[in-house]
Amino acid sequence: MIAMLLFLGLQAATPAGEQPVAPYVQSDANAGATPFAGAGMWRAFHGQAGVDRIVDDLVARSVADPRISDIFKGQDLVRLRRTLKEQFCYILGGGCRYTGRTMRAAHTDMGVQQADMAALVENLQAAMRREHVGFGAQNRFLAKLAPMHRDVVKIRGPRPAE
Amino acid sequence: MSSVTVSRIALTAALIVASVQPAFANQRRGGGKLLLTNGVSSVEGAAGGGLATWAVIAGNETEDGIGGTAHATYVALPDFDLSSAGAAIGVSDRIELSYAYQRFDTRAAGAALGLGRGFTFGQHIVGAKVKLIGDAVWAQDTPLPQIAAGVQYKIAERGAVVKAVGAAETRSADLYVAATKLWLAQGIVADATVRFTKANQLGLLGFGGPKGTDRTAQFEGSLAKMLTRTLVVGAEYRTEPDNLGFAEEDDSYDLFAAWAVHRNVSLTAAYVDLGDIATVRRQRGLFLSLQGGF
Repeated sequence: MIAMLLFLGLQAATPAGEQPVAPYVQSDANAGATPFAGAGMWRAFHGQAGVDRIVDDLVARSVADPRISDIFKGQDLVRLRRTLKEQFCYILGGGCRYTGRTMRAAHTDMGVQQADMAALVENLQAAMRREHVGFGAQNRFLAKLAPMHRDVVKIRGPRPAE
Repeated sequence: MSSVTVSRIALTAALIVASVQPAFANQRRGGGKLLLTNGVSSVEGAAGGGLATWAVIAGNETEDGIGGTAHATYVALPDFDLSSAGAAIGVSDRIELSYAYQRFDTRAAGAALGLGRGFTFGQHIVGAKVKLIGDAVWAQDTPLPQIAAGVQYKIAERGAVVKAVGAAETRSADLYVAATKLWLAQGIVADATVRFTKANQLGLLGFGGPKGTDRTAQFEGSLAKMLTRTLVVGAEYRTEPDNLGFAEEDDSYDLFAAWAVHRNVSLTAAYVDLGDIATVRRQRGLFLSLQGGF
């Protein structure tokens, strides 16, 4: 079983500048949404360069946002930016592989509340506006992300063993 | 059980609580709804469109907080004025309690109707709404709308006049079930509400009458499009009972624009057609509503 997990995981060494995480199985399904068909959304977000700018702006806004900055304290922001870029690229039809954890695993025991997720959405909206992504394309993307609240908000891990 | 065991269990429990508490303090907090996703204040005080009551809960709060709104609405018609002012609170994005006072000024038409110039009708509306199931905004992967049920207890003033025009009662409760859904990818907001009511002109002319004294099922609904994050335009339609003998009551509709001026302030303007009111024909005019909320 362990051998199989290691085989499936195919986890290379921790990328430069990131902190190691516990082993997990990598899969595009971890992204938590299916990708858009066609290249329309990828174009609307100005390809990889646009997604890179949006994610960098989103993370910068969020770590500076007094409503949610506490959540990002002690988090590996290098890894966060990389996996968010992969996730956005994958969902927007940019053809990336998503190598991060599931939304549930990544947010377990983080204590995220619904209002935190709304604050993040507002920061993402601001980042998309700054990138001049059309309002319709913004909403199509947000509609893919919104259901993730079930795997982000108030996710508890297994109780510690006695 | 020895005291040592008990204290060890207590210590373990305390450690578990201490270790999980920071992440699960379930901190109470205000705010957390996205702009305009709690609708605006309807003329009856509940969160909704202008004419239709929706399934959304008033205020900007999430499941972790308390929110509220206050509104003032003015409807200028050719022969009448309708104004409404009120407030609502939302608890945990689950329960909404609301109050509105409506005033209906007959202006010059009051004399023609034999009531006297400037005669005003009024009513109090006390409302309660509970969200039953669904999430209109966040559950984008399911066709299930947000569904809420509610009651609006209406107390018409001017009881003697209201009875004289034929109303059977001066106070009555409307019961309703509302379903509201945001199709975010399309930017479309829709609501469909069934109201069981015997109200004449929202209740301003009392309840029931010669043509009927029981509640009947009436429809009210909204269909709107988000143009920007802060601007929504749409249309509403509402059917009404027709219980009074002296005048037929028409359905009403409006075309509206709701603008989130600020996170805590929204302004709604509409062209509204309330049809014939108390035999005075074609009451179409301007609807303006200002809402403050937190």
